[in-house]
Parts: sequence; structure tokens; C-alpha cells
Amino acid sequence: MRKKKKNYNLIAGGILTGMMLLLIAAGIFYTPYDPNAMDPASKFAGISWKHLMGCDNFGRDVFSRVLQGSRTTLFVALCTVFIGTVCGVILGAVTGYYGGIVDEILMRINDAVFAFPSLLLALVFISILGPGKNNVIAALGVAFIPSFARIVRGEFLKYRNMDYVKSAKLQGAGDLRIMFVHILPNAMPVLLSAIMIGFNNAVLAEAGMSYLGIGVQPPEASLGRMLSEAQSYLFTAPAYAVFPGVVIIWMVLGFSLLGEGIGEKE
Amino acid sequence: MKYIGKKVILMAATLIVVSFLVFLSFFVMSGDPATSMLGTQATPDRVEALREEMGLNDSFFTQYFRWAGSFLKGDMGISYSYRIPVESMIADKIPVTLALTGIAFLMLIVLAIPLGIYIAKYAGGIADRVIYVLNQIMMAIPPFFAGILITFLFGRIFKLFTPGGYVSYKDNFGQFIGYMFFPALAIALPKIAMAVKLLRSSVIGEVKKDYVRTAFSRGNRSNQVFYNHILKNALIPVITFLGMTLADMVAGSIIIEQVFGIPGLGRILLTSISNRDYPVVEAIIICMAFIVVSINFIVDIIYQLIDPRISTEE
Repeated sequence: MRKKKKNYNLIAGGILTGMMLLLIAAGIFYTPYDPNAMDPASKFAGISWKHLMGCDNFGRDVFSRVLQGSRTTLFVALCTVFIGTVCGVILGAVTGYYGGIVDEILMRINDAVFAFPSLLLALVFISILGPGKNNVIAALGVAFIPSFARIVRGEFLKYRNMDYVKSAKLQGAGDLRIMFVHILPNAMPVLLSAIMIGFNNAVLAEAGMSYLGIGVQPPEASLGRMLSEAQSYLFTAPAYAVFPGVVIIWMVLGFSLLGEGIGEKE
Repeated sequence: MKYIGKKVILMAATLIVVSFLVFLSFFVMSGDPATSMLGTQATPDRVEALREEMGLNDSFFTQYFRWAGSFLKGDMGISYSYRIPVESMIADKIPVTLALTGIAFLMLIVLAIPLGIYIAKYAGGIADRVIYVLNQIMMAIPPFFAGILITFLFGRIFKLFTPGGYVSYKDNFGQFIGYMFFPALAIALPKIAMAVKLLRSSVIGEVKKDYVRTAFSRGNRSNQVFYNHILKNALIPVITFLGMTLADMVAGSIIIEQVFGIPGLGRILLTSISNRDYPVVEAIIICMAFIVVSINFIVDIIYQLIDPRISTEE
């Protein structure tokens, strides 16, 4: 169809993600106001140079809270994907490489869990562990393991009988070396796109759980939580709901474009 | 038939594994049900008596089989916080969640498939590009934010429904469906974007294959080739996606019910989670697991009907 064309996805995704990360990084050192400082005088203040995104029902500066909230969301998503990837890679590598009865049992369990929506799985964990930021990370991280394990296992199955693996074996390389030095780099492109998708799902899931009130607990700002607070004042202060929502979309859009751009490059 | 039998066994196995894991995790983590049931009136004697009465002193496996057995008979236990049988709490909520998911799924099929076909047929055109951008944005919108936007747009500005309003399906079925429409739209929108995108790329992948050239060279007209040959093959991955999505939508309805204030399964699930009302949580999770697993089963069967190669492959 189209011949050599500029990789617009990569460019757009890079710009969006870069701006987001820059803002979040700046937010670590400086926010215009204390995200939790309340000021009754500026309750539902409109958009102005003083308050770039206006103020919420307690007169807190929405821009400062959005900065803090996106940092929290990013942190939760990164931790979640990290847990999911590390455990998934280990599980997938071992089962895919060795096969046998352990693989059979683990994959049956994995199939059963995989058929289950990860949000529901995370809710089961939350109901056991109780709400809170760290528990959301643990719950989502565990809920993400099956999908990563499945992908990695598929890749290892594909590569384990290849000639280069056999020759590495003949040269006396240990199993661990073969798995993580020889096979894993070949599984990287597939794993990388899975990580991108996983990251987006994590952002959406964290926002969803905080929206439901079982994620990040107040007073710490979180984009999902801000949206659920804003919903009660939707008709008096619609702008309050718009900004946190737009920031979530921005974050997810940037990463998914970036992911697709990287996929196109391969 | 052998294929269906295999799938039935797999479905049963999945349910057993899920129910076992759910029971195990609540058994290990949730503390002593007798103590939490008695609350402030918990004296050691009373707790011990209640434990004996509830059979909590039996071994783990005895308890699991008793729980699973009575669950199959429709007895889901007693709610800790309301002291009424769980099944009476959730029985009339299941149709609400099913209706919401069902309507959303219908929207997905009715909107996504024609749109995807249109886009794929005229790939590279203006409509294709516009929808590509819209799709990317739509996929990034969290469903609950879509719900808030819909509430504002259709509820507040166009006044097509009362935000926060709800009519039970027992009182007026027509109005009930009316109130389900916009929540279902919020669930369906991001999935529509994904389905359109998948269908488009799937059709474009098929167009390049040899059998398409053969079909053309035999003198078929292009519409004939498109609908009889290309589309038939291109729809297969989309059907897989639709099946997985339906399961996802059941879970997604939990959040959307909260946005629109619909009293469905998700509502009780969330209150029960914050009340630590474990029998209710367990029952709802198992019900949802059952719904999800049944959906997967039906999709597998449909899949095999469309493409008989599937059953011989495995």
C-alpha cells in the first residue's frame, strides 16, 4: 500500500509521552500550589493564570493535583508492569523451555485465570488485602502475570529447538544462560509490545480502581479519584472533570502511539 | 461432538479451578468469619459455638466441598452484614448486569462490523484517516470517563435521560432498556474502536493472499470477492476478539454501573468489598466467572461452526 513513509505514530507518541514525562518530572520538584492546600475563597475558581485548570470543591489547585495524580498513576502503572513482566518472564521462560508436567499444570491454571477479566481478578485481591495504593499495585501486578507468562512461553516454545540454542547447548552453556542470554533477546520485540499494551491497561485499571474508591486513598491525588469527586459537581463545575480525564487520555494515547510506532519499525 | 465434549470438560475444569482458588484465598486471608459475624458481641464461648455451628472447625477440603456443593444447589451462604441469604440479594441483580452487557455487546456488533467493513473497503481514503485518529483517541478514553462525558452531553445538554435515574426492569421494561442505553454506549465505545481497527487490518491482511488473486482471475466481481471470500476469513480473528471482549465487558460493567448509579451486580460487589462481606463477594465472583466461562464456551462453539479447521488443529 504505502511505501516508505514517515512513522507518524512514533513521532506523535514520542512527543505526547515526552511532554507528559517532562511535566511529571517537573511536578516532582515544583507544583504551583501545595496539591492538598485548601482555600475556601477559591472554591470552583475558573480557569485563570493563577489557577491554570481552576480549583476543585475544596479550593485546591487542580493543576497541582493533576501533576501529583499523574505521577501516582505513572508510578502504580510502572510497578504493576514491572511485577507482571518479571514474574511473567520467569514463569513463561521456565514452562516454555522445560515443558513437561509442570508446564502442563501451570498452563491449565494460567488458562483458567487468563479467561478471567483482570479487573475482576484485581477486585478479588483488593477485597482480601483491603484498599490502598500498595495493594492496588500488588493486585494488578498479580493479575497481569498470566498474560505475560503466556506470551513469553509462546516465544520460548518457538525458539527452544532452534539450531542456535542447540549449538549453545553443545558448547556447554547452562540452562539459565540459554534462557536469558540466548533466547530472551529474541523474544524482546514481542515482549516489548506486550509491555506497552500492559502499561496502558495498568493506567486504565488504576484510574478505574481509584475512581471506585478502592485504589489510591485520599488525600493523595489520583486522576481516577479526582474524576469520581468531580462527578458529584459535574453540573456546577464541568471543567473539574475535564482536565483529569484529558490527562488520562493523553497518557494512554501517547504510550499506545509509541507502542505502535515501535511495532512499525520492526 | 468430540470437540464440544472437550470444551465442556475444559469449562468445568476452569470453574473448579477458579472456585477453588477463590475459596482458598478467602479461607487463608479473610480471618475468622465467626468473629466478624458476631462483631462486638464476640466472646470466646460464643465464637466457639458459632464456629461449631458453621462447621468452621472442619478441615479445609471438607469446607470447600460443602461450600461448592451447596452453591450448586443454589445456596450461596449468609451475608455477614445483612444476615440474609446471599442468593436473595443477588438474584434480581444478575439480569440487570446481563442486560447492560448484552446491550453493549449488541451495539458493538451493530456499529463496529459495518464500520470496519466500510473502512477496510475504502482503506487510504479520507474516512479511513479520520476514523483512524478517532479510533486511537477512543481507545485511550477510560470507560468511566466516557460515562461522565455521556452523562454531561446527553443527560445535561440534550436532556435525553435523567442522570442518576433508574427504572427497574420489573416496573417498566421499556424504560429500563432506555436507561441502559447510554451506560451500554459507554462500555461499548472503546471496544468498538478496537474492533474496527482489528477488522480493518484483518481484511487488509487477507487482500494480499493468493486465493484473492485467484478469485479475481476467475472473473468474480470485486464485491463478490470481498463479501464471499475475503470477509469470511477476515472475520475469524474478529470473532475471537468479540468473545474475549464480552468477558471484559462483564467486568467493565462494574465500573459503569457505579458511574450511572445502576443497581446491578457491580454495585453490591463494591459495597460488599468495603464491608468485608466475604460470602457475597465470593458468590458474585463465582457468578461472574460462570458468565465469563459460558461466554467463552459459546464463542468456541461458534468459532468451530464458522471454521471447521479449528477442531482438527489441536
